[in-house]
Amino acid sequence: MMAETLRTSRVREWARSRWRDWVITLAAFVLALIVGAILMIAADPAVSSNFAYLFTAPGLALGAAWTKVSTAYAALLNGAIGSPEALAATTAAAAPLICAGLAVGLAFRAGLFNIGAQGQAIVASMAAAYVGFAWSLPPVVHLVVAVAAGLIVGGVWGGLVGWLKARTGAHEVIVTIMMNYLAAGLLAWTLTTTAFQRPGRADPISPEVPDSAAFPQLWGQLHLGFFVALAAAVAVGWLLERSTVGFAIRAVGANPSAAGTAGMNVGTTTIVTMTIAGALAGLAGVQAALGPSVNGVPVPLTEGLVGTVGFDAITVALLGRSRPLGIVLAGLLFGGLSAGGLAMQSVAQTPLTLTLVLQALVVLFVAAPQLVATLVPFLKARKTRVSLTGVDA
Amino acid sequence: MSTESRAPSLTDAPEQLDFEVIESRDARRARISTGALIGIVGVMLGVLFFGTEGSASFALSDAFADVQLPTIVIPGAPVVAVAAVACLLVAAGFLSGRLRGRQRTLAGVIAGLAVVIGFLTWAAAGKDLPFPVANQLAGTVFTATPLILGALCGSLGERAGVVNVAIEGQFLTAAFAAALVGSVTKSIPAALFAAVLAGVMMAAVLALFAIKYLVDQVVLGVVINLLASGITGFLFDQLVQPNSRALNNAPTMDTIPIPLLSDIPLLGPVLFDQTILVYLAVISVVVVWFLLYRTRWGLRVRAVGEHPEAADAVGISVKRVRWQAVLVAGVFSGLGGAFFTVGSIGSFSKDLTAGNGFIALAAVIMGRWHPVLAATMALFFGFVVQMASQLQTLNTPVPSQFLLMLPYLATIIAVAGLIGRTRAPAADGVPYAK
Repeated sequence: MMAETLRTSRVREWARSRWRDWVITLAAFVLALIVGAILMIAADPAVSSNFAYLFTAPGLALGAAWTKVSTAYAALLNGAIGSPEALAATTAAAAPLICAGLAVGLAFRAGLFNIGAQGQAIVASMAAAYVGFAWSLPPVVHLVVAVAAGLIVGGVWGGLVGWLKARTGAHEVIVTIMMNYLAAGLLAWTLTTTAFQRPGRADPISPEVPDSAAFPQLWGQLHLGFFVALAAAVAVGWLLERSTVGFAIRAVGANPSAAGTAGMNVGTTTIVTMTIAGALAGLAGVQAALGPSVNGVPVPLTEGLVGTVGFDAITVALLGRSRPLGIVLAGLLFGGLSAGGLAMQSVAQTPLTLTLVLQALVVLFVAAPQLVATLVPFLKARKTRVSLTGVDA
Repeated sequence: MSTESRAPSLTDAPEQLDFEVIESRDARRARISTGALIGIVGVMLGVLFFGTEGSASFALSDAFADVQLPTIVIPGAPVVAVAAVACLLVAAGFLSGRLRGRQRTLAGVIAGLAVVIGFLTWAAAGKDLPFPVANQLAGTVFTATPLILGALCGSLGERAGVVNVAIEGQFLTAAFAAALVGSVTKSIPAALFAAVLAGVMMAAVLALFAIKYLVDQVVLGVVINLLASGITGFLFDQLVQPNSRALNNAPTMDTIPIPLLSDIPLLGPVLFDQTILVYLAVISVVVVWFLLYRTRWGLRVRAVGEHPEAADAVGISVKRVRWQAVLVAGVFSGLGGAFFTVGSIGSFSKDLTAGNGFIALAAVIMGRWHPVLAATMALFFGFVVQMASQLQTLNTPVPSQFLLMLPYLATIIAVAGLIGRTRAPAADGVPYAK
């Protein structure tokens, strides 16, 4: 009887904390939009100049501000989910974010900060693109080999960090940050070599990846890569919740000393986690290298091909609380933000960089629930620390 | 009688005892891997020896200098060979464990010099153009300026226990603020003030979330960088780009030659004919060192970074001291950020700091969280970055990208404990909640 009530109260506690997570995330998003709106108004001289007459003609100032903000956000929303084409574009933008988000999230669960998804994605995109444009293989085989090449190279690049950490205690944050720049330097150099540079070009750009190695397009910009990303999320979910390796990962994340005492090999778990994380981030790089762009063919390898996916991934993993489902949703949200941002730029002449601000603000607010509770009146502040990285405490 | 025969006199005792030196596992690993690394470099130089032809010339003064120093011409192959042998000897010394204490430091310095001289000789050998030494040194000081300031910002914050991955973001906002205010006011002091203000404001964001809301500091740093990139990028696109002549046209700093000192050949122009920012950077190193190690406040900063509970127990307000340290650190990153716009080119472009904040972070770690060492490391990284661009003009077969990777690679080697031990302040990155 006692156990029963304890259990129900625990379930209730769990449900309440989940509900709180959702409310805080929503509030964080609204707050970010408000700050974004203020920024938009302040940065547009045509709108902000009206605020000089705020008290004499409030309608003028507020009206201009409202028009500016509502046009921009309407275009953003429309570009993200307004039409089937927009939705397809959102999935295409979300796919690499989900993969890289899983890479960061999985490492978080083992108590590791994988700031190196960027570098892992870069080296993987190099490998996948190279197999794509340099080898000629039959259609399906070509894609599989190219993806595998990316996964392996990304896994090795990530595993190296785990190995250094396990062997020498080198802090993974510093090592991954530095390896991001090593990867970028490596890419910059390879693009000047004959193996990678497109014949007849002086600028750093690779040949195009043929269709046989590209993810097939399904509808609009929706391509197979998105479903690969979803499958990766399911796989990570299974790994974490249903496998021995996943149990070791979570145990090491919760308390490495206890896990070590219980007979788990903390070093090996670290290496395994970083290898899998590297492969997942590698998948994001593969998506960038082999996923068809707007015009239907993959973008050739250049220095900026993967963009800032590795850093965006950190925000995705944080917003998704390092849970696979959360990461998929957060990836879709930020994917929508970037797809919608393009529409906002062309329709409402509001620069795409605003979405970067929104993204950073959402995560900043989510990271500090007490601040959100202070700003939003009806949320009660709680003293306990929210586990940002989703580590089982 | 009996006692005298049994006990030797106390003064003789130390000479008779033979201490057996027991090396810890870490020290042994560090010694062996350092030796191996130097050995590998020595072997590489040995390989390069076979590709070295002709003689290498080094121009000590640039063509426009008033006092022309001679151009030094040295034979290529023998110098590279000597450098290679020196490296191999030092490596052998390390690996055999014969070198101790001071000798080891000396050997390390010799190996370092041998690597630089050997490598430069190989690069310059057989080329028509002499290697411009004066340019290299002046460029080193110039490139290192923001790195030094950033490293000071990082070490001050981390000494107080707040990890600062956001130096890059602080640089970026400060650079933007300096360019904007400089363009509007056409005044360098105003631009510098704006940069410092922007640096401190970003530092305040870091402090607010890290100290008050206990957000994980690494994650926070990454997000602040993203925020800085977003805000400066958005304001640039929306506000600055459309009227860049009015808003992105800041004056640049003039060099201020120090009378007499700047007339010294070679070193004069390098050290004493620079912009105010360079002098400020050098002064800042001394100031931060003095603050941290010679003032009561500095003792408190280090205390809250090493053992906040103990500091709290003796009545130091951990949060207040951390706030102060992070905000003061923001001043230096603000100055460093100003370098990228008013300190050099005068105009802002998106993400123009290009990873310099992370090189500064690398310098903090390589410099073991000590302001003077960190600044020295920043100078070294500046040297490497400058050399990469010099070698590009010399048309050497080594890709400049590899040289640019050196700071990052060196940092990985350092944190992996391959060269000595790096130990962060004990409470670095740990939020303090009472």
